[in-house]
Amino acid sequence: MADPAPRPKSFQEVILRLQSYWAAQGCVILQPYDMEVGAGTFHPATTLRALGPRPWAAAYVQPSRRPTDGRYGDNPNRLQHYYQFQVLIKPSPPDLQELYLGSLLAIGIDPAFHDIRFVEDDWESPTLGAWGLGWEVWCDGMEVSQFTYFQQVGGHDCRPVSGELTYGLERLAMYVLGVDHVMEMPFNDPAAPQPLTYGDVFRQTEREYSRWNFEAADTDLLFQHFKDAEAECERILAAAPEDDAGRAIVMAHPAYDQCIKASHLFNLLDARGVISVTERQAYIGRVRMLARKCADAFLTTEAGGATTAPADA
Amino acid sequence: MPDLLIELFSEEIPARMQARAAEDLKRLMTQGLVDAGLTYAGARAFATPRRLALAVAGLTPESPTRREERKGPREGAPDAAIDGFARSAGVPRAALELRAAGKGRAWFATIETPGRPAAGIVAEVLEGVVRGFPWPKSMRWGAGSLRWVRPLHAILCILTTEAGAEVVPLDIDGIRAGDTTRGHRFMAPDPFSVTSFEDYRAKLKRAFVLLDAEERADHIWIEAHNMAFAQGLEVVEDKALLAEVAGLVEWPVVLMGAIAPDFLDLPPEVLQTSMREHQKFFSVRNPASGRIERFVTVASRETADAGATILAGNAKVLAARLSDAKFFWENDLRVVSQKGLEGMAEGLAQVTFHNKLGSQADRIGRIEALAREIAPLVGAQPDLAAEAARVAKADLRSEMVGEFPELQGTMGGYYARAAGLPEAVAAACREHYQPLGPSDAVPTAPVSVAVALADKLDTLTGFWAIDEKPTGSKDPYALRRAALGVIRLMLTNGTRVTLGRMLELRVDFCLRHSKLFVSVFSALPSATDRPPTIEIDVKSTASAEISTQDIAFIERAAADLLAFLHDRLKVHLREQGVRHDVIDACLAMPNADDLTLLVRRAEALQAMLQTEDGENLVQGFRRANNILTQAEDRDGVEYSFGADPRLAQGPEEEALFAALDAAELAIEPAMEAEDFAAAMHAMAALRAPIDAFFEAVQINTDNAVIRRNRLNLLHRIRAVCLSVADLTRLEG
Repeated sequence: MADPAPRPKSFQEVILRLQSYWAAQGCVILQPYDMEVGAGTFHPATTLRALGPRPWAAAYVQPSRRPTDGRYGDNPNRLQHYYQFQVLIKPSPPDLQELYLGSLLAIGIDPAFHDIRFVEDDWESPTLGAWGLGWEVWCDGMEVSQFTYFQQVGGHDCRPVSGELTYGLERLAMYVLGVDHVMEMPFNDPAAPQPLTYGDVFRQTEREYSRWNFEAADTDLLFQHFKDAEAECERILAAAPEDDAGRAIVMAHPAYDQCIKASHLFNLLDARGVISVTERQAYIGRVRMLARKCADAFLTTEAGGATTAPADA
Repeated sequence: MPDLLIELFSEEIPARMQARAAEDLKRLMTQGLVDAGLTYAGARAFATPRRLALAVAGLTPESPTRREERKGPREGAPDAAIDGFARSAGVPRAALELRAAGKGRAWFATIETPGRPAAGIVAEVLEGVVRGFPWPKSMRWGAGSLRWVRPLHAILCILTTEAGAEVVPLDIDGIRAGDTTRGHRFMAPDPFSVTSFEDYRAKLKRAFVLLDAEERADHIWIEAHNMAFAQGLEVVEDKALLAEVAGLVEWPVVLMGAIAPDFLDLPPEVLQTSMREHQKFFSVRNPASGRIERFVTVASRETADAGATILAGNAKVLAARLSDAKFFWENDLRVVSQKGLEGMAEGLAQVTFHNKLGSQADRIGRIEALAREIAPLVGAQPDLAAEAARVAKADLRSEMVGEFPELQGTMGGYYARAAGLPEAVAAACREHYQPLGPSDAVPTAPVSVAVALADKLDTLTGFWAIDEKPTGSKDPYALRRAALGVIRLMLTNGTRVTLGRMLELRVDFCLRHSKLFVSVFSALPSATDRPPTIEIDVKSTASAEISTQDIAFIERAAADLLAFLHDRLKVHLREQGVRHDVIDACLAMPNADDLTLLVRRAEALQAMLQTEDGENLVQGFRRANNILTQAEDRDGVEYSFGADPRLAQGPEEEALFAALDAAELAIEPAMEAEDFAAAMHAMAALRAPIDAFFEAVQINTDNAVIRRNRLNLLHRIRAVCLSVADLTRLEG
C-alpha cells in the first residue's frame, strides 16, 4: 500500500482529495443533483444508473437533508443538512475494497496506526425498493463509510452488480481533522485570508431549517405536494413512449424527479410527527411504487440498456 | 492417506454467520466425500472474518470399486427387452448371466463402477458445496452470477501426502484453486503457499491471523480480564459479544480505556448497552461500587504507538455516543419531574399497537383493568397493581428507550423511582416484560406478577380475538413466548386462576374493543388523508355490538387459546423431564384450566410412577380396566352397581374390598384438599391387594353372580384410580 498523504487542513480539502482520488480511478466526477434528497443514493447517477447492463463509474458530492436530525446547530454531530460523498462503479471491480482503502490513505488515514474494519451492515432502502449487502467501515470504532454491493434497485435485480461507497463527509472530516464540534471545523484553509468554519457557513441555516422542519412547515401543503408529486410521476410515466413528433422518448428521469420530491416530502412530514406508525408504512409503500415504476421506465431507455428501443419514426 | 485442506478466502464474512458457516462447510464436504465412497479419520472447520477453512485428515486416496448386481427380464423374454436391459445397465449383452430367480431364471447384469482418485471427488464435491452453500443471505458481485456471502476471491485446496502437497484442480467461475493464501489484511498482505494444515496454521499465525475463533475468544477474554484485574476491576461477562468480537478480527489486540467522569453517573445498563450496541466494547466494572468505569475494545492490529491512536479514536466516539445517552437521560428525567411518569405516557395514545387492537394507550387501559382483576389472585393490592400497569410502559415514550429499545422496562424502573412512585411500582416497570425466554428470571413480587400476567394475557387474548395466531415458524408477535411467560409466572408463583372463564371474558372484551377500532379505521376517507388520533375509552367498549356468531367465535377462540397454553405447557414440562403421557393423564381431569393445579397433579403422578408400587399399580389398573372393558363390550352393560362385600370369596378378595374402602376414604378428602401426593399415595397402596387379588381369583367364573360382583369390584378399582388421574392415557 502506498504511503499516506499528509493530513488535510480543511473540510473542503477532504472533499477535493476524494474527488481527485476517484477521478484518478477513472470515475466521472459529477456535481450534486439539483434537488432535495435524503441521501446520495437518490441521485439518479446511483439509483437509475445502477440498473441495466451498461458499465458506469461516477463519484460526486451530494448535499443531503434529514429533517429529523436537525438540532438547531447545537449538536456536535447532528445536522439536518449535510454532505455525502458517493461512488458508484458498475460492475463492482474485484479490488473495490483496496480502492476504498486507497481513498482513506488519500485523505491522510494511515492504516498502520488505525483500526479499520468491515462490520456487517446490510443496506436497505424501503422507499427505493433497493437492497444490498456490505458493511459499515469502522475506523477506530467510528463508522466512516457505507460499502454496499447493490443486489436490487426499484425491485429489479442488478445485473451486473454495482459497488457503492458512501462517505459521511462531516463525520469523516471531523475525525481526520481532529475536531470535536462540527461547527468548529475549518471549511477552508485556516491560513486563508478569510478563514471560515463550518459554523460560519451553516450554523444559521441549521437553525432556520430546524425551526421550519419542526414547527413551521405547513403540513397541509406538504400533504398536498406529496399527492401532486405522486400524481405527476404517474402522469409522466403513463405518457406514450413517443412524443408528438413520433420520436421514442421515455421520460424516466423527469418522472424520477417527482419520486425524489415525494420521498423528501415524506421525510418532512415525518419530521413534523404527523405520520402515524401504521400510516408510515403506507407512505413508504407509495414512494416505493413510484421508484419501481421509474426503474421500469429507465430500463426501456438507451441508458437503461434497452436493446430493442422503439424505432425512431 | 492424504490430508485435505480447503480455504475459501473472501471479503469480510458477517461475524454472526461464521461459526455456522464453518460447521456447514464441514458437514456438507464430509457428507459429499462419504457419499462418493471416501472415508476419513477426522475433520475440523474454522472461520475468521475473511476465510472459511476445513482440514480433513486421513482421507482415503480413492473411492473403492463398486459392484452392483441388477436383475433384468426373465429367461425367454423378447430379445428387445434383453438388449434394452443390457443397454440401460451399460454392459454388453454377452456379459449378462442367466441365474435362478424365484421359480425360474432371469438375466442378471453386474455393473462395476471403478474407484476414482480423491482429487477428482474433492473437486466435484467442493464445487457443489460452494455453489449451493446455505448462507442465511448471499449475494452476487461484479458481472458474475456466483453467489457467496460477500465476494469470494480465492480457493486454496490441497491434498497432502508424504510425497508432498498437490493442488486439487478446480475452477469455479474463474476462481482457480491453488495452494496460496494471504495473512492479515494490513500486517501481512502478501500471498504465501502452504503444504499442509499444520503449515497453513503456523504460517497464518506468523502472518497475524489466528485461525481458530475459540483461540481468538480465549485470547480476548484472558487479556481483558488481566488488564482489568491489574486495575482492581472486573470485565462484565458477555458471551455473545465475545463471540461477535472474535468474529470481527483475525488478530485480536485488546485495549482498555477510561470512560470520561461526566458519564459515570449514567445507569450501568445504559453505559453497557450503549457501549455494546454501538461500539462492541466490553464494560469494565469496579466491584466495590458496582459502577462501570472503563471499557475494553478489541482492535484488529498492532501499531507502532501500541494502540494509542486507536484508543484515542475509540474514546472520542464513545464520548459522542454517551453525550447522546446523557442528553436522553437528562431530558427524560426532566419530563418525569415536570409531568410524572403518567405524563410521559401521554403520547402513547398516538402510537399504534396494532390497527385492530388500537393504540398503546388503549392496550395499557386493558392491561390496567386486567391487572386490577388479577391482583387479588397473586396477593397484590389492586390499586397498586393498576397504578403500576398504567405507568409500566410509559418509558416507551422516553428518549432513552427510543434510542435503545432493549432498555424498555429497565428505564421505566429508574424513571418510576425518580417520579417518587412506590418501589413495588418501580419493580413492576422493570420486571413486567419478564420472563423473556425459557431461562429468564420470573418475577415474584406480587405487583410485578400481576402486571406481567396482565400484559401477556392481554397480548394473547387480543391476538386470538382478531384471529392472528402463530402458524408454523411464523410468530411475529412472539405469542409463544408470551404463553410460556404466563405459564412460568403462574407455576413459579403458584398462581391459581380458572383460565377457561377468564380467557373467554378477555377475548370477548378484546373482540368488542377491536370492532370499535375497525369501525374507526374503516371510517377514514382514504389513506392519503391525515391520520386521526384514535382514542377510545376502554370502559365504553362494552357497548360494541356483538352477535350470536361472535359469541360462538369467542368460545372457540378461548378454547383454542387454552389448548395453545396447554401445548406450550407440555413443551415446557417435557423440558423439565415430565413425561408427556403423564401430562395427558392430568389434562383429561377436571379443572385442567388451572395450570398450577394441573402441574401439581402431574408432578405427583410422575413421582408416584417412579415408585415400584406406582408402576405396578398402573399395571394392575390396566389389567382391571381391560378385563372390565372387554366384559362390558361383550355383555353390553356397565358394571357400576357397586360390588357386594358379602359375596367376596377368600381373604384376597375381602382384602381388596377393605383396601378400596380405605383408599376411597383417604383419596376423597385428599383430592378435596388438592393434596395429590396423598391421593396418589393412597392409590398406590392398592397395588398389593390388587396384585394379590388377580393372583388368587378368577374374574370370569362360571358362577354368574360372583362374576358380576367381581366385575363390579373391578369397576370400583377403575373409578377410584380415575378419580385421581386418567391412567388410561399412560403409555405402558
